Amino acid sequence: MSEALLDVRGLTVVFPTHEGDVRAVSDLSYTLHRGETLGIVGESGSGKTVSSLALMGLLNLESAHISGEAVFGGQDILSLSSDDMRALRGKDIAMIFQDPFACLHPMHRVGDQIAEAVTAHAKVSEKDAKKRAVELLGAVGIPRANERAQDYPHQFSGGMRQRAMIAMALVHNPSVLIADEPTTALDVTVQAQILELIERVKREFDIGVLLITHDLGVIAETADTVLVMYAGRAMEHGPAREIFTAPQHPYTWGLLRSMPTVELRLTELVAIEGTPPSLVAVPSGCAFHPRCPSRFGPCPTELPAMRPLPGGHLDRCHLPADVKREAGAASLAERRAAR
Amino acid sequence: MTAMAGHTLIELEHVIKHFPVRHGVFSRARGVVHAVDDVTLSVRKGETLGIVGESGCGKSTTARLMLRLLDPTAGTIRFEGQDISKLSQRRLRPLRKEMQMIFQDPYASLNPRKTVEQIVSQPFAVHRGIKARDVKLRVKRLLETVGLSPEHSSRYPHEFSGGQRQRIGIARALALQPKLIVCDEPVSALDVSVQAQILNLLRSLQVEFDLTYVFISHDLSVMRQICTRIAVMYLGRVVELADSERIFEQPRHPYTAALISAVPRLSVNGDKRERIVLRGDVPSPIDPPSGCVFHPRCPRSRAGRCDTVEPQLEPTPGESSHISACHYPLERWPEDQTELLSPLDRSPDRVVEPGTTRPL
Repeated sequence: MSEALLDVRGLTVVFPTHEGDVRAVSDLSYTLHRGETLGIVGESGSGKTVSSLALMGLLNLESAHISGEAVFGGQDILSLSSDDMRALRGKDIAMIFQDPFACLHPMHRVGDQIAEAVTAHAKVSEKDAKKRAVELLGAVGIPRANERAQDYPHQFSGGMRQRAMIAMALVHNPSVLIADEPTTALDVTVQAQILELIERVKREFDIGVLLITHDLGVIAETADTVLVMYAGRAMEHGPAREIFTAPQHPYTWGLLRSMPTVELRLTELVAIEGTPPSLVAVPSGCAFHPRCPSRFGPCPTELPAMRPLPGGHLDRCHLPADVKREAGAASLAERRAAR
Repeated sequence: MTAMAGHTLIELEHVIKHFPVRHGVFSRARGVVHAVDDVTLSVRKGETLGIVGESGCGKSTTARLMLRLLDPTAGTIRFEGQDISKLSQRRLRPLRKEMQMIFQDPYASLNPRKTVEQIVSQPFAVHRGIKARDVKLRVKRLLETVGLSPEHSSRYPHEFSGGQRQRIGIARALALQPKLIVCDEPVSALDVSVQAQILNLLRSLQVEFDLTYVFISHDLSVMRQICTRIAVMYLGRVVELADSERIFEQPRHPYTAALISAVPRLSVNGDKRERIVLRGDVPSPIDPPSGCVFHPRCPRSRAGRCDTVEPQLEPTPGESSHISACHYPLERWPEDQTELLSPLDRSPDRVVEPGTTRPL
């Protein structure tokens, strides 16, 4: 595997509230390599966004208690002072968000906003900064970038705004790009364009991409490695191929089975019963046990460890390996039969 | 299912809806948004007609026209044979209980200050015809039907999860035993694990109550699971209409094919696949392109025809129920895909050459 860019160990984020501690992220560990797309998938409230906001130093430390470490470029970025973090954020680690309209200032020209991102981390003239902005707008596929840089955000379509955000993120050639639901607000045909662009950016800028989404389809098509999160914890973690051909965790089976597919009309959509838990009262033992059809003895009381499986794949479930292998295959049976 | 569903419940004939664009102090109309342009569509009893398309294609406007929540600019709307396109609100009222709607956002569509019982019993208060003492019992039954427990009836919407709220909205829509329910993106705001629950519920309610659905969604994978027939819309026009399975297996219109291809798949084989990536965005409905409205983005468009002559909806030879509006429809699928792929080297997306963007 190529060079490790970001090494997250035991990341935990807790928000104390009147109703008790909200355990948004618990003991999360992963490594992101250069040239890799790591897909973090989970439902709302699974901790996927909070974990990346913590990495970017974007959580208010008065309301969030962050522990664990995240090593980037030889230093633990979770322990950096806010000044040091500011020097890093947007320069070496950049982030794009779900709603590109909310991220652009409505009263400033798009080109000026990107130029501002240039001067935030580099001593260059305004003219050079603007040149760089136009160059990058062209690079992310905005036609007539020179003219369009003069536009205001409302003159851009949703897809173009997301392209502009990507251009802004690339200004300083970061080594890590965090994309938080980058295509959720976009139409499918535009989503395909943006996913393609992110893939190309990853290749050409030789960076690592952390792709956060609730959409397993997006993950299946773009990620090299997948991390499935539930109630703040990693449930399954491994190469995308493994996760989608031999899923080991009952939650992953449930997700795969309940997901409607465009490839065939399923005789039955197998829903996961119940709803994701509140993070104030995460169920004891395995957080998924109240909804898990395979739960047995230890599930309600003992938290399963993240255990490695053959094939370089980790999973957090008490079930014996042979049971999981069979049930995992069964969860894909109908879809596979269709091919 | 199609064989049984013979009679037409609702019918749109050459329906047009334009919205004026107003600017300035005197609010003079400066143009029109062609939201729905000459749509002819019928919904058969007992079927689920899906309307699919990207934002701004007119799918929600079409549905709102069917319910006469909007007045058509031109054209005829018939409900069970009766022309309702010009009926006054007063005359429409008795028809309202025949057609209900389920909305996308279960957070915005329920009044936060009312209890579940008040919300679900509201339709009875509006349309009367049922004794007050029976209402409680009806509400209880409705809640059970949609999978909520009757004890929930005194709670407020904020106490429920998104999926449960959507169930409340469904109970309200069912209250007056309507014939038609328009579902406007009913699962888009829900988590995947909950989406399937609601889709299953809608499927079983349809059988139980003999309902007709008009199902609006941008999500083709959801559409495939629930629809009998599908109409694909683009810029206010229906560009293709066929039985659901035919739309997915043998699409004729290049836009339909591109839409299907753009949906990310769970490739259980773990293989990455090539997909048709359309260039550009949906054009503005204020100033739609000439000829075929899809031609600026269409990989098959040919100058001299597609950009000048507007294609009409025509039946497919040998399959008259499958209609599409294209001068050069796809003959085969998916073999035709390669023809549709517009590879990057053919229409370059102005990509960075490696090494051309250096750090400052």
